[in-house]
Amino acid sequence: MKTIILRTASDFLLPVLLLFSVFILLRGHYLPGGGFIGGLVASIAFVLDAFANGLENTKKLLKIHPGFLMPFGLVISAVAAISPIIFTGQPIMTGLWANDPIPVIGSIGSALFFDTGVYLIVIGASLTIIFTISESA
Amino acid sequence: MNEQIIILPLLLHLVFSISLMFFWTNIKAQKVLSITGSFLAMCASIWVFIYVWDNGIQTFQAGNWEAPFGITFVGDTLASILVLLTGITGFAVSIFAAVSVIKARLRFGFYSVFHFLLMGLNGAFLTGDMFNLYVWFEIIIISSFVLISLGGEKNQLEGAVKYFTLNFLASMIFLTGLGVLYGLTGTLNMADLSQKIPLVNNQALVDVTAFLFLVGFGIKSAVFPLYFWLPASYHTPPSAVSAIFSGLLTKVGVYALIRVFTLIFVNDSFIEIMLQSLAILTIFSGGIGAIIQKNIRKVFSYLIICHIGFMIGGLGLFTEVAMAGAIFYLIHDIVVKTNLFLVSGLIYRLKSTTSLDRLGGIYKSYPKLSLLMAIPLFSLVGIPPLSGFWPKLSLLLAGFNEGNYWYFGAVIFGSLLTLIAIAHVWAKAFWEDGKEIKKSKKFIEFNQLRKYQKMQYVAPIVFLAIVSLYIGFGAEHIQQVSLRIANEVFDKQAYFDAVFK
Repeated sequence: MKTIILRTASDFLLPVLLLFSVFILLRGHYLPGGGFIGGLVASIAFVLDAFANGLENTKKLLKIHPGFLMPFGLVISAVAAISPIIFTGQPIMTGLWANDPIPVIGSIGSALFFDTGVYLIVIGASLTIIFTISESA
Repeated sequence: MNEQIIILPLLLHLVFSISLMFFWTNIKAQKVLSITGSFLAMCASIWVFIYVWDNGIQTFQAGNWEAPFGITFVGDTLASILVLLTGITGFAVSIFAAVSVIKARLRFGFYSVFHFLLMGLNGAFLTGDMFNLYVWFEIIIISSFVLISLGGEKNQLEGAVKYFTLNFLASMIFLTGLGVLYGLTGTLNMADLSQKIPLVNNQALVDVTAFLFLVGFGIKSAVFPLYFWLPASYHTPPSAVSAIFSGLLTKVGVYALIRVFTLIFVNDSFIEIMLQSLAILTIFSGGIGAIIQKNIRKVFSYLIICHIGFMIGGLGLFTEVAMAGAIFYLIHDIVVKTNLFLVSGLIYRLKSTTSLDRLGGIYKSYPKLSLLMAIPLFSLVGIPPLSGFWPKLSLLLAGFNEGNYWYFGAVIFGSLLTLIAIAHVWAKAFWEDGKEIKKSKKFIEFNQLRKYQKMQYVAPIVFLAIVSLYIGFGAEHIQQVSLRIANEVFDKQAYFDAVFK
């Protein structure tokens, strides 16, 4: 599938889709969006790149094996979930929020870190699955 | 803050499972980390049990949302003793897995998934929310599917497909039941449901929902007639994996049945009759299956089914004595069944086979080990004063007092079949003179193992044997625990008050 249209388009689409995925991730708390679909959009960006430029190219682009994103994502999510017990003595997964909102991102809370963890896990898992299937095909 | 320690074992398993992923390639570090993790989780679960025993039912709301809306975690005595048993068996199995599971399997994250499985089990026991229970069941299924198919041998995948299909079907039925239940009452919090279900106008639909739950959990706990996935799949994975499966996975189904039919759907005579008849049929089919099998692990698999019937029947009688008997049996069964599959792993290492036709002469060559292995085998049969005797006594007494002679007879008949099956195993594998067994060249003899490796094979079996001996000789303690649990599960108001404090 190495048509010139797809290849040119994917070069532009990769950064746009990644940016869009971050937008979806940050938007997620009160509006439709969040870590899961954000991660899916980000992995679509890489899959599209793999379609257009070949799997080897995408792997070079990623530098690390996508599977390694999963433990890191899990750590971020787990710490975000456990943090209320450690810091305030409230039950697990209670939302902790900073007092002042930050421009562009909005208010920062433990939910954001939880979602970021999910985002990384979803990218890691879906890319690992897709790469493994396309390698063995 | 204090009540939150009930999820400490769960969090420990989560933390260790994640940190094991960082040592993906370093198997030695994984072994050390996993055994440390299970040991810490076991200590934590002992603490949880003592805390709940001293201070009564502990509850807290995850996310700090109030009770019917947030997810409640409830640590009553039933949940905390099951968490304790998960800790004990998890610790034993993680030691056994370190030496018995081959490297090719360990390299693909065996330990990480193993801790996820234990986390899921802890969660399922502690949750006080029906939908959350479903989520924990999914975590258990996904991890167990990885564990059962890891290695990718042909018969293993065949077993895994049967296992997965039937369990998945059970989950769908469970989910359907949840949907109807939510439609009827508008809540899925167990304590809230226990108050709202009697107020529903359409009681016929409540009965249908109860039946959906019975089928869903029945498949998961391998109750007649949909039990055939269990003997088809439990003998295929490594024995460490089947040990944890046989000890805890089917028992989660029994736990869910106990929870649902004492808290939510009570005084349903149809369900009670259904449970009793299913129990009798399960005892018969499991017991008869066990005596005709030629493979030790298949014999044990059928015995699991047989003994599930004892517990389901105890639940179906619905009196305090019967419930205490069923809970006592559950406690005894988790420890002994786990140990039996560890024994089958040790037998495989001694003789390179688990087929009864080819086994023989273990007593002659390993007399001390044979005596050790006799403890779990005869605890299962229930020779007094070993652990299986006391709960059967309670169950028989309950059956007799209730005038339910079918169940009374079935328990006696089931015990007889268990005795025959175990005596058959003992005579064939331990006493009879063995034939020369052809071993493959790659097979490592037990005697060739290093000393610490031998210890890793024997220590978990000794540990669980000591626990089951304690259950047998310290029966009055366990009986006390079981009676308190039986009191608690019948006292819906106390559960409700603990959640909505």
